[in-house]
Amino acid sequence: MTITEIQEEIVDEFSMFDDWMQRYEYMIELGKSLPLIEEQYKTEDNIIKGCQSKVWVHAELDNDKLVFTADSDAIITKGIIAILIRAFSNQKPQDIIDANTNFIDEIGLKEHLSPTRANGLVSMVKQLKLYAIAYQTQLN
Amino acid sequence: MIQTSFNIETIRKDFPILNREVNGCPLVYLDNAATSQTPQQVIDVIVDYYQGYNANIHRGVHSLSQEATDAYEAARGKIQKHFNIAKPYEVILTSGTTHSINLVANGFSSFIKEGDEILVSAMEHHSNIVPWQMLCEHTGGVLKVIPMNQNGELIMDEYHGLLSEKTKLVFCNHVSNALGTINPIEEIIEAAHKVGAAVLIDGAQAAAHIKPDVQALDVDFYTVSAHKMCGPTGVGMLYGKEEWLKKLPPYQGGGEMIEEVTFEKTTYADLPHKFEAGTPNICGGIAFGAALDYMNSIGFDAITQYEDELINYATEQLLAIEGLRIYGTAAHKTSVISFNIEEIHPYDIGTILDKLGIAVRTGHHCAQPIMDFYQIPGTVRASFSFYNTKEEVDVLVEGVKRARNMLL
Repeated sequence: MTITEIQEEIVDEFSMFDDWMQRYEYMIELGKSLPLIEEQYKTEDNIIKGCQSKVWVHAELDNDKLVFTADSDAIITKGIIAILIRAFSNQKPQDIIDANTNFIDEIGLKEHLSPTRANGLVSMVKQLKLYAIAYQTQLN
Repeated sequence: MIQTSFNIETIRKDFPILNREVNGCPLVYLDNAATSQTPQQVIDVIVDYYQGYNANIHRGVHSLSQEATDAYEAARGKIQKHFNIAKPYEVILTSGTTHSINLVANGFSSFIKEGDEILVSAMEHHSNIVPWQMLCEHTGGVLKVIPMNQNGELIMDEYHGLLSEKTKLVFCNHVSNALGTINPIEEIIEAAHKVGAAVLIDGAQAAAHIKPDVQALDVDFYTVSAHKMCGPTGVGMLYGKEEWLKKLPPYQGGGEMIEEVTFEKTTYADLPHKFEAGTPNICGGIAFGAALDYMNSIGFDAITQYEDELINYATEQLLAIEGLRIYGTAAHKTSVISFNIEEIHPYDIGTILDKLGIAVRTGHHCAQPIMDFYQIPGTVRASFSFYNTKEEVDVLVEGVKRARNMLL
């Protein structure tokens, strides 16, 4: 599936929820259930320091596709990470570079990707793109 | 209902922002330690200034400039009276507490010699630690920390043990922004003076709840920010004893702070202008005076009594929630309740509370050393003001319970 198709699928899933409580409960479930990153990659190097919650991101190339794993110490942040990973991981670097994150807005979680939220997610999205640029350069 | 000498419903009508909704719920504003809300009486003063007499001060020949100067200096007079400062020129108007502290730290860098010691408390805001670290890097001075106990109280025996003839300056907040502890500043000041050290007290968190008398305290420097006490952001006060302000070199060069300038030499202006370079926050200064008028019209005794009852009620209700722990349980505290629930990240609780229209602060509150002391990433902090109600505490408690059920 392309990034756009996955994003549409996520938007569809979220359209089933009536209110913010259900959306958040779903995200908290996602956050709780997913082991996102291997402990060995939870290093200082891989940490993105938001003011409040810590976010770790690790990237590695699998043939021509980039695979991300990530984690956070806050569960809601972790839930959003799970959604972002689902959309961006296992894709070609150039597709990641070209993709946008508007679907986060459409599923009612816009505030978490606002630059004023000190939760590390904005820096995380930036970091995903930077990894994609770096690996794209390598592939070229 | 808490018995008060003021009518809480009337008071709340003074704050237009308290009528708004957030995420479809009535706003419950419990982030007063970060900034307080502004009453209509102060908003009116700000609007009047820009509509009626906006002009640069201290230099104009025209009437508007004179009116603005009079209003600005009248505000200085109100600040002087409020803090019982002996002379009007001991009131330096700054952009706020951080600016004030940097001004003093910069001045002390010309006095501190290698091996001299500066004491700071273990519960300081980052803005109170960094300037002294920078000073020590430049001068070879040594920064020492007055430790605290598990309740979030300074260990005074250790403080007395740290004092010596090497101590040049002691720095401490009057009230901790992260824990709400009221520090024993009378004892701190008296003991420091016995070894000849100066004392700077950061009153940013205290000034909305306690009316300090700087002469009775005999403190050398005291600083506050207007925005924590119903005034606007970007303005604050540094009080300094005249002898200290005369000794300290100017902090910034620019207009207002000079008497005479040639390319060979500049003579500095008298106090307070020596420390007030450039065009100040004129409107902010005037509004700061109006904010003090507003708070004094309610009365600090009434404010303290009401807030104490409110915080006791909130403490009792929150502690009834399973797994909730309060950080900062000092015998003397005010206005702040910092807490966590089991292993839940404070950011998650804050996010759910925001969805319910409840504004709290989460994180390390710019006091990372305190969080390291308790080995936690941060806390949820609810901070109260005289315009908060018992009903709002109930909304908070229900919100925290709901967040707990969702997150555990």
